[in-house]
Amino acid sequence: MTLLRIEDLSIRFPTRTGDIEAVRDISFSVGRERLAIVGESGSGKSQTGRAILGLTPAFAQVTAKRLEFDGIDLLKATPRLRRDLRGKRIAMILQDPKYSLNPVMRIGRQIVEALRAHENVGTREARERTLDMLAAVQIRDPARVFDLYPHEVSGGMGQRAMIAMMLIAGPELLIADEPTSALDVTVQLDILAILDRLVAERGMGLIFISHDLRLVSSFCDRVIVMYAGRVVEEIAASELSRAKHPYTQGLLNCMPSIDADRHPLPTLERRPEWLL
Amino acid sequence: MSANAISRRDWLLSERPQSRLQARLGRAYMTWRRFSANRLALIGLAIIVALLVVAAFADLIAPYPPTVGDLRQGLLPPSAEHWFGTDDQGRDILSRVIYGSRLTLYVIVLVAIIAAPVGLIVGTVAGYAGGWIDVVLTRITDIFLAFPKLILALAFVAALGPGIENAVIAIAITSWPPYARIARAETLTVRNSDYISAVRLMGASPWRIILRHIMPLCISSLIVRVTLDMAGIIITAAGLGFLGLGAQPPLPEWGAMIASGRRFILDQWWVAAMPGAAILIVSLGFNLLGDGLRDALDPRGSRQ
Amino acid sequence: MTAALDITGLVVSYDGFRALDGVSLTVQPGESFGLVGESGSGKSTVLRAIAGLAPVESGSIAVEGIPIGKRRDKAFYRRVQMVFQDPYGSLHPRQTVDRLLAEPLAIHGFSDAESRILRALDEVGLGSGFRFRYSHQLSGGQRQRVAIARALILEPSILLLDEPTSALDASVQAEVLNLLEKIRRDRKLTYLMVSHDLAVIAHMCGRLMVMRGGQAVESLAAKDLASRRAGDPYTQRLLVASEGFVRNAETAASEA
Repeated sequence: MTLLRIEDLSIRFPTRTGDIEAVRDISFSVGRERLAIVGESGSGKSQTGRAILGLTPAFAQVTAKRLEFDGIDLLKATPRLRRDLRGKRIAMILQDPKYSLNPVMRIGRQIVEALRAHENVGTREARERTLDMLAAVQIRDPARVFDLYPHEVSGGMGQRAMIAMMLIAGPELLIADEPTSALDVTVQLDILAILDRLVAERGMGLIFISHDLRLVSSFCDRVIVMYAGRVVEEIAASELSRAKHPYTQGLLNCMPSIDADRHPLPTLERRPEWLL
Repeated sequence: MSANAISRRDWLLSERPQSRLQARLGRAYMTWRRFSANRLALIGLAIIVALLVVAAFADLIAPYPPTVGDLRQGLLPPSAEHWFGTDDQGRDILSRVIYGSRLTLYVIVLVAIIAAPVGLIVGTVAGYAGGWIDVVLTRITDIFLAFPKLILALAFVAALGPGIENAVIAIAITSWPPYARIARAETLTVRNSDYISAVRLMGASPWRIILRHIMPLCISSLIVRVTLDMAGIIITAAGLGFLGLGAQPPLPEWGAMIASGRRFILDQWWVAAMPGAAILIVSLGFNLLGDGLRDALDPRGSRQ
Repeated sequence: MTAALDITGLVVSYDGFRALDGVSLTVQPGESFGLVGESGSGKSTVLRAIAGLAPVESGSIAVEGIPIGKRRDKAFYRRVQMVFQDPYGSLHPRQTVDRLLAEPLAIHGFSDAESRILRALDEVGLGSGFRFRYSHQLSGGQRQRVAIARALILEPSILLLDEPTSALDASVQAEVLNLLEKIRRDRKLTYLMVSHDLAVIAHMCGRLMVMRGGQAVESLAAKDLASRRAGDPYTQRLLVASEGFVRNAETAASEA
C-alpha cells in the first residue's frame, strides 16, 4: 500500500540574486518499506523530507503536481490538519539529539508531552506508555532516564530518547534525517538496529535520509539518489552494485575501504548534463 | 552608460576577484547594499550627513553671528526674519543651533576617539590573555561601570573644572567600560576558535593575534555600539552643559541653550524647544544609523 | 635514525579531567601514522598537545630528536603544522585567501610571498582565481584545500591532520585524501592523522594506534586491519562497525 505519493515536487528559495532551486521536479512514492534518499550536501535531500512534513521556511515556494499522504492532499491541507498529521501520523528524527531535545525539560516529560499532544491520555497511562517506549528503544533503566535532562545522557542515549519521542504516538511514516551521523560508529549500529526492529514490528514506512550510500544500502530496501535537486537514480538496495548512473557509481567507488588498496581513490567527475 | 553601470556592479559582486582592491570593494559594496536596503538607516545617515554639512559650512549657512545679539530684539517668536526666534540676549537661535552643531560634533568625535580604542584594547587584551590580567582589567572596568554615568562625569568635571574639554574627558572616562565589555565578550567567543589556533600555530605573537586577527572581528560590533551611544553622549554633554559644567557661555552649546531657556519655557517656549529639537533629531539619526549598521555589519549575516 | 615524533607518557588534563592518560607513540620520518578512536578517546588531544594547544601535565614530546618545552619557538612551527577538522571554523571569516596565506610568510619574514602564495595555491589545485576570495565564497572542499595550503606554505616536515575530511562529502573527501597523499609523496612529509573512520586511516596510513578513553588500546599495521588481525576486542568492534549495518544483528536483537 502506498503511504506517500509525490509527483513533480519542486522547492524554490527566492533570493535577491534570483531563485535557488533546492529540489526540482522529483517524483517518488513510499509504502510500508524502508526507502533511502541519498545525496551530498546541497542535493535537496533534507529539503524533501522537510517539505513532506510542512517544515519548509515560509518564504520558500513548494509546488507539486501531487503531494499526498494516505489520500490527503498535503499542499491543500489546512495548517491545523498538517499539525495534527505531524507527530501523530508522520514523524521526523533529526541528526543531532543535542539540538532537537529541549535542554531544560526532563526527557520523560518531553515524551509525555509528545504523546498528550496527540492523544487524550491520563497522567498515569502516559507515564507508563513512555516507560514502555523507552524500554522499546533498549534503554536499560527507563525509570532513571525518564527523570534525566538531555545534557545528562550520552549522544546515543539522546538519540534513543528522540526515537522514543517520535514513535510514541504510533506514526505510520517516519522520516529520519541523518539519524546517526552525529554518533560514534559503534553506537550507530545499535541505533540502526533499534530503528530497524521498530519499523519492522510496527509496519511503518521509513524515509531514511543520508549521505552515506554504503550504510543505506545495507539498511534500506530501495534507494533514491539525488544530485543538485534531482533524482538521478532509483534502485533496489540489493542492486546497488549494478547502478547505472555514473554519479551513483562514483559515490560508491570514491569511499576508501579497509580491504581495497586503491591509490589514488577514484574521484567523481560531475557532468553538467546530469542537471538537465 | 547603463551597460557600463551593470558591468561595474558585476565587477563588484564578482565571485572571483582579481585583486585585493576588488575583493575589498566588493565586500564594502555588499555591506552597503545590506545597509541601503534599510530605509530607516538611510534616513539616519541623511541626518548625520546633514549635521556634518551644517557644521562644516556654519559660517555660510548661519544668517547671524552666534554670540552677538541685539538686546532690543530679545525673545522674539519665530518669524521670517528669525526662523527659530531669538533668545533673551537677542541672539538668533537658528544661528546658535547651527554653530552649536560644531560643538556637538567636537564632543562626540573626541569622545569616540578616546573611549572606543581604550575599550577595545582593554577588552581584547583581557579576553585573550585571561588569568590575572583578565581579572585585574575586568575589575577596573566593573568599578567604572558601578557608577551612574552622569554622576561620575559630574564628579570628574567638578574635580577638573567646568569647560567643554573637561566635559569631553569626563564623558570619555565614563563611556569606555561598556566597550571593553563588548570587546572582551567578542574576544572570548573567538579566542579558542580554530582560526585563531591556526594563527597561533603560525608562530604569531599574542600582540599580533590581538591586533591583526581579533580586533578586526570586534570592530564592527564596537562601531555599532559607539554609534548607538552617540545619542547618549550628546545627551550627557547637553546635561553637563545644562548644569553649567560643560560649555560655558556664550558658547552656543545645545544643552546650555536649553538651560538658559528654561526660565522662559512657558511664555517663550522656542528658546528651549529649538535646541531641544536639534538634540532629539541628531540622537534619533545616530540611533537609526546604528541600527542599520548592526544589520549591515553583522558577520553572521555576511555568510549568506 | 631519529624519530620524526617521539611521545612518551603524555598526560593532558582539563580542569581535573584527564583527556590523555599516559600515551606514548613514535613516528618515523616519512611515515604516515594514524590515530583512531571514538569521541572522547583523546585522539585529537594528542595533536593539540603536540601543537601546543593543550595543557600538557606530564610526559615528553620530541620533534626530530629535539625535546619540546612549554614554549615553542618559531623554528618549531616551521617544522610542524596542522590542518583542522572543521573547514568552516579554521579560516578567519574576515580575511581573503591571500591574507590567510600571507600571514605565516609575514610572521616568518619570507620575502618572496607573492610567488609562494601562487605556488601553494597551485599545489592544492585551486589556482590563482581563488586568491582574493573570502572564505564564505568557498565550498567546504575548497576551504580545506586553503587550510592545507596554509599549513604547507612554511614547508614543514611534519603535518598534523585532525579529521581533515570528516566534514566533507564523500566525493570531496576522495579528492582531498588524494591530494594529501600526493603532497606527502612529493614533499616526503611525515603525517600524524586522526580520524574516527577506520577505512580512511587504513587507506592513508601504514601504522595506526587505536585509542579509547584517553589511553592507547593497541598499535597495529594497516595490513592487520585488512586481514582482520586485531588483537583487542575493542578494535574488533570498530572493525565490525565499519562494515556497515548487517540485518542479522536485528534478528538477534528481536530474539533477545
